[in-house]
Amino acid sequence: MKEKDERLRDSGNKHSVFPAGGKKPKTQELLAYLQERFKWEGIVDLARKKTVPEHPYSFWTYFGGLCLFLFVIQVVTGALLLLYYVPTVDKAHESIIFVMGQVRFGWLVRSVHSWSANILIGAIFIHMFSTFLLKGYRRPREITWVTGFFLLLIFMAFGFSGYLLPWNELSFFATRVGTDILGQVPIVGPALKTFFLGGPEVSGATLSRFYWFHIVVLPVAALVFLGIHLYLIQVQGISRPIGVKPEKIREIPFFPDFFLRDAAVWFSVLALIGVLCVFFPWEIGEKADPFAPTPIGIRPEWYFTFMFTTLKLVPAHILGLEGEKVALLAFAFAGLLWMLIPYWDKKASRDQRNLFTTAVGIVVIIYITAMTLITYLFPRL
Amino acid sequence: MRKPLLKLFLTVSGALTLGILLFSQEKKNSCLECHLQLEEKLAAPARSYPHDIHANYGLLCSACHGGNPDKEDMDEAKDKTFKGTPGRKEIPLLCASCHSNANYMRQYNPRLRVDQLELYLTSHHGRAYQKGDLKAAVCTDCHGVHGIQAASMPQSLTFAWNLAKTCGQCHSDANLMKPYGLSSQQEEDYRASVHARALYEKKDLSAPTCNDCHGNHGAAPPEVASVANVCRQCHPSPAELFSRSPHKSAFDEAGISECEACHGHHRIAPPSDEMLAGGKEDTCSQCHDTDSNPYRLWSDLREKFHDLNRRLDSLSSRVEAVRKKGVEVSEARFELQQAKSSFVEARNLVHGLSANEVEKRLEESLATMSKVEDLAAAAEKEAKLRKTGLVVATAFLFLLALAILLKARQLSRRRDLKG
Repeated sequence: MKEKDERLRDSGNKHSVFPAGGKKPKTQELLAYLQERFKWEGIVDLARKKTVPEHPYSFWTYFGGLCLFLFVIQVVTGALLLLYYVPTVDKAHESIIFVMGQVRFGWLVRSVHSWSANILIGAIFIHMFSTFLLKGYRRPREITWVTGFFLLLIFMAFGFSGYLLPWNELSFFATRVGTDILGQVPIVGPALKTFFLGGPEVSGATLSRFYWFHIVVLPVAALVFLGIHLYLIQVQGISRPIGVKPEKIREIPFFPDFFLRDAAVWFSVLALIGVLCVFFPWEIGEKADPFAPTPIGIRPEWYFTFMFTTLKLVPAHILGLEGEKVALLAFAFAGLLWMLIPYWDKKASRDQRNLFTTAVGIVVIIYITAMTLITYLFPRL
Repeated sequence: MRKPLLKLFLTVSGALTLGILLFSQEKKNSCLECHLQLEEKLAAPARSYPHDIHANYGLLCSACHGGNPDKEDMDEAKDKTFKGTPGRKEIPLLCASCHSNANYMRQYNPRLRVDQLELYLTSHHGRAYQKGDLKAAVCTDCHGVHGIQAASMPQSLTFAWNLAKTCGQCHSDANLMKPYGLSSQQEEDYRASVHARALYEKKDLSAPTCNDCHGNHGAAPPEVASVANVCRQCHPSPAELFSRSPHKSAFDEAGISECEACHGHHRIAPPSDEMLAGGKEDTCSQCHDTDSNPYRLWSDLREKFHDLNRRLDSLSSRVEAVRKKGVEVSEARFELQQAKSSFVEARNLVHGLSANEVEKRLEESLATMSKVEDLAAAAEKEAKLRKTGLVVATAFLFLLALAILLKARQLSRRRDLKG
């Protein structure tokens, strides 16, 4: 036995995970057994060699890791909620009341799920805008940017579908308003609306479909896009911002330096989520009544409000066309341009500064912030 | 040169066409055309009339005043059929000439009743009118003139929110009421009542106003014997209990009006436990000796009501406080509602005078309150546990984050020294 241990130690394998001496023989045996089968030398080697650029804007790079961490929280808490949630009109709301009131730590699991979902979308927005302004999308990271954009859409869809699941008054009517807007999309709108609703109105069929989207379709889509996104980041590394002097950039090891800092951010955010959950547990609301009149001041989740308020503010007719339809087309067109920015920002691809795209980014941030604030400051607009 | 001429031609012909179109669509009404140009007193009716319900149905001034509105000339317009301003004496019959004609009214509003005049003549107002009292209210006093609206319209003088003021125009006038021996306090009293609070503060249009107790066109004060029937239109349960109670026969024998004896009229206060024996608004002592057995029994029950009410308030505050701390308390709130319902039922049972039934319902309320107390205590414990858990978990997570950061810095420094 002793001979075997010594043989393993002295094997000269530079990828060996167990250092000379110090480990208990049985642990070493187990690791050797696993290493032989999993052949993780490549991963260990990558972890040892992988570096991350550190520069004055490094702060923003932690938001990517934070998004991943929050996604993991979503998966874990979401899976726990599945133990009690029943996706039917009769029992959806009651099952949430049961989770919040009767299940030990159910209130915590559900509140963490809801709060971290909202923080996740906020973190995705910050991650996207910081990447945009630092021009992290430029060649050869075009596909990383595009997959990131799809991930934003997927997580917004997660939010929209998850909002209805508790089957409360606000979510019911917000879904009705949201799907009505979807129905306004030229040509495909009415068919899409019927497909998502499972009929002409928000009903039990809608709940089933949103549930299906929330726990099957969207998680699969998220894993696919997240996989590509993370793979590309591993292969290409994190981008260096344009214009930062080389002496101000240094490479730091990903493991443990960057990883530990990432972990410190995660735990701090987790503590913040805990505080929010205890002092502001996610509301259950009143059970949805399809025959009740639409409550005053109905609005979607905060991350949709900039579009919602824009649609409210656009004139009824623009150039003889229906205002809402024009606005929806404009949003779709703007989204497409935003997604394809790596392909039209040629200057950034040549590592040159492009003040125009920076200005576009700032204008978009101001626009989204202003419209969101207007929604909450002037609820009866 | 040709262009200005063309423009002039087009403008003039356009204006003419428009004028002809407009002119041809509206009936001519020379009454309004002239009266709008006269002094204020004569112009005011012409300004109000376009908003009147009769105008909306296409009736012209001539429908009430006669004359020919087609004629431009005043003398021709005021032809033989012209009646001028109808006197107060003529108004009920003038209105009834259409409103009591079922065939005529059907073409405008088939649902509208046509017995207003008949009812009016049975009312105190109508009876005084028939005696030749020209101060008695006639149709226009309640419905207005020239700007008349349907009673369902909020601007109408007879709409629920406006009715007390409309009745008060006469009934709050002490000089006008004096010859009839009527108080002029009714409107003021009503406005201080629980009914007025529901109508004006809660905007509850089902809350009663003058006509709900006195009738509309057949307005008259309810007689002593019929007061209970008036109240039971909205309060059937206490009225039913009262009819089965020993008070019923005693009140009938003594000629005392039922509900009114304890609750009063016009200034009807919200019912309170203090109205029971020994309370601040004791109504029992009006008839019962304070040392009699029934008086003592209900005095004890009042104490019980008082204690339970206080306990319910305190429990409500407890449950609400713990709800604000974020603990799910829907079960406690549901049970609390049950306890309140039993308590309200016990209060209502007072009208039946069965102390046993009241006590039984109070016991039910008490038993439910005990459940709520247990639930509230558990919720408070949970809230405390959450806060303690939060402090521990937050401290742990922040310390962990701090330790990780320090470790990262230490590793970085070591590497820099080696480098």
